[in-house]
Amino acid sequence: MNINVRILTKSVSQQYAFKRIVTFSTKPTQQAAVAAVPQQQEVTGPSVRKPIVPAHYRFVYPEFLPDPKIEWRNAIREKLERLDMLDRRRQIELPEFYVGSILAVTSSDPHAAGKTSRFVGICIHRERCGLRARFILRNVIDHQGIEVVYELYDPTIQKVEVLRLEKRLDDSLFYLRDALPEFSTFDENMEAEPLEEGAPVPINDIKVVLRPRPWLERWERQNLLGVANIEQYIKDKHRKSAEKVQKPWEKFDLMKQYRATIPEEEQKEIFAEVHTELHTLELQRKRNKRKRTFVKPKHLA
Amino acid sequence: MAQILLRNFTRAGNAALLTKGTSCSSITGTSAEPGSCQLHTTPACCEIRKLARLRVVDNSDLGKRAMAEGRPPRCIHVYNKRGVGLIGDKVLVAIKGQMKKGILVGLKQKQRIKQPQFDSNNLVLIDDNGSPLGTRIHVPIPTVLRTILKEKTLAKGADYTKVLAIASRYV
Repeated sequence: MNINVRILTKSVSQQYAFKRIVTFSTKPTQQAAVAAVPQQQEVTGPSVRKPIVPAHYRFVYPEFLPDPKIEWRNAIREKLERLDMLDRRRQIELPEFYVGSILAVTSSDPHAAGKTSRFVGICIHRERCGLRARFILRNVIDHQGIEVVYELYDPTIQKVEVLRLEKRLDDSLFYLRDALPEFSTFDENMEAEPLEEGAPVPINDIKVVLRPRPWLERWERQNLLGVANIEQYIKDKHRKSAEKVQKPWEKFDLMKQYRATIPEEEQKEIFAEVHTELHTLELQRKRNKRKRTFVKPKHLA
Repeated sequence: MAQILLRNFTRAGNAALLTKGTSCSSITGTSAEPGSCQLHTTPACCEIRKLARLRVVDNSDLGKRAMAEGRPPRCIHVYNKRGVGLIGDKVLVAIKGQMKKGILVGLKQKQRIKQPQFDSNNLVLIDDNGSPLGTRIHVPIPTVLRTILKEKTLAKGADYTKVLAIASRYV
């Protein structure tokens, strides 16, 4: 009884100590960063051994976490979806990427001449969970801004390449639609820029320059970090109305946070289930890649 | 018609009252011009309906002049049963005082998965036989148009596939 009570109190105190992690946000929270290290040492107490899941998995595989909306939760459906996702991942390499990374997606297209089409662009948004996980790529081709939505687990996708793995300062980059075109222009024939193994994902702190109003959204209300010249275009009235709709108390709303996120204990459970499979896939891919890079000659005479 | 006008008027009047009510302090505090208050606060409709403005993306003389003058064509009819233009639909446009037909080759509206969504509503001018007025399209067009336009081309009707021939790039 006593132990039970102690565990309960511990879990409760943990809940309050740790900030819950928003599913698709990759911004490090201060509390989580501070508390992450001692927490892992505490867990070694109980005698039951569980596979240790790396803490970065929730950022690398965010779509494995279900939607926190309580009406949409269904444990069995989520489990089946995870199995399907693993099945798909055995067939195709779906690399780690973030909002702000530059991707090239090759998909089969019955309308195209060669029956495949390849689109290169910057990932401006990631959303939805499970098999419905999707992302938006944006590029400017021939001075024409183009966006394409892809589903990550779409069976018609043949290849997803990450040309440049990096993050931006914001969680979604819809403001690129209102930015000058050079900020979302990427070369279609660009080559992949490899990162060192084990190196942290670099954060590109580029500040985007917006076009003058009218804009598609009220960017001044969204507390964006990656925009350079927002002050230039907003007047006093915009500033005042932005102040009116700000909700600075929301960051203290524990219930709101609870409803918007998956608890850390549950995240661990989910990743413990898929961790071994994902890890073996990762190792396999790494081995194959190494083999390919050594065997395949790049320039033929 | 009168009813609609009246309704619009009252709505606008309400909006004006509202804006006055909320910003009266600013008017008294700072010297804001009364003419600068905006009644239309909703974003523009992204659908291609009647009176939607379009962008001509071919190099036809008429289209180039209209775009250079800053008077882009307006859609005055959509040739389908829904009245909302989708990709590959034929529309009638008013351009520099003339009526011309055109094909929608890129939309701002939300598209299906894997189909490109453009930053502007693009139009290629055609004549009654379906042959384009220009000789080049200077923006990418979606690959799905190849199928759509082929399906719309009937044996004795207009041949829309000529639009595909002048495309510079597919996406």
